[in-house]
Amino acid sequence: MRALETVLLAKGYVDPAALDLIVETYETKIGPRCGALVVAKAWVDSAYRQRLLADGTAAVAELSFSGRQGEHLKVVENTRQVHNLVVCTLCSCYPWPVLGLPPVWYKSAPYRSRAVIDPRGVLADFGVTLPKDKTIRVWDSTAEMRYLVLPERPAGTEGWSEERLAELVTRDSMIGTGLPHPAGAAL
Amino acid sequence: MNGPQDLGGMMGFGPVRPEADEPVFHAEWEKRALALTLACAALGEWNLDMGHHARESLPPAVYLSVSYYEIWTRALANMLAERGMVTRDEVTAARMLVPAVPTKKQKADRAQVAAALAKGSPYDRAVDQPARFALGERIVTKVIRPSTHTRLPRYARGKTGEIVAVHGAFVFPDSHAHGLGEQPHWCYGVKFSGRELWGADADASLEVIVDCWEPYLQDRAA
Repeated sequence: MRALETVLLAKGYVDPAALDLIVETYETKIGPRCGALVVAKAWVDSAYRQRLLADGTAAVAELSFSGRQGEHLKVVENTRQVHNLVVCTLCSCYPWPVLGLPPVWYKSAPYRSRAVIDPRGVLADFGVTLPKDKTIRVWDSTAEMRYLVLPERPAGTEGWSEERLAELVTRDSMIGTGLPHPAGAAL
Repeated sequence: MNGPQDLGGMMGFGPVRPEADEPVFHAEWEKRALALTLACAALGEWNLDMGHHARESLPPAVYLSVSYYEIWTRALANMLAERGMVTRDEVTAARMLVPAVPTKKQKADRAQVAAALAKGSPYDRAVDQPARFALGERIVTKVIRPSTHTRLPRYARGKTGEIVAVHGAFVFPDSHAHGLGEQPHWCYGVKFSGRELWGADADASLEVIVDCWEPYLQDRAA
């Protein structure tokens, strides 16, 4: 890696300051906190929730989240009947502007191979068990759409502020491999 | 291509291993792999789909045994070498041995990169012809086995499904990955039951939605 970088810099193909900016952006600015704010807003604002489900890209841009790997964003909603799970079996497609860079496991063969054939087994690896009759809807990101799961709002959070609700929203709950923290969780 | 990237439904890789409090990067070189991959792509010598194809063209035994950032790095080195931008000898020597070749776009500076990341690269395109399939329609995916790039996974070929979304028209990766132009086509969300994909003993509560370009689909009766 260092050799490749050295040669690319020497030949003038890349700008070192631009490289640093890319790293800074995804290390410090863009991450799952962005998605958590989107989810929390959707939980308290039903008109926003409707806009989010109708046009994810536009609704997320209302909170100033947009850009690379989020050009075509679709938000899918968990309900009492349906649990959504997002995967990219062919590579590592992931909604960067709202979740940041994908975790290692998301890009790994175990997840990519099993999510579409044994999602309940995958969920068990995350310690999640869902009712047998609940539909598990798996979204394979094979094209340009990037998916974000809108998890169910935890019980007992009536009247909570968006900021407080956002603390309950985990990255995995927006991929579908987890659930939000319950209201009583010690955070 | 029926390459190592097409993992859906394969077995034997073991459990998923979530990592508590996972850092964004696990090593300094991963940061460089990300930054160089994005910065080099901005030179315009290849597109997103060519990048995908470079990764899936790694030898399967390599693809399945290295980390994802290493897949990126190896594919990047291959694309740079194929275009004469950085030769293998230069990587080995860790220094410039031959002059740089002109690229379609100039290297981006910090401000240009920031703007590009914030803007992204939308892949939807206007097309003249209307969408051939409608919401709720039952279709069958084609059985294809191109040795070139495709985004129709093996597990979803020759299967009956239902159109559940009409996403719009998008650049067609099967042509775009090979320098044959964007050739935009309509793209649909197609829902398959677990039993259609995996057989009668599959989880009855499973649905899988695969995004499919129109050339991957045919009428049910066809």
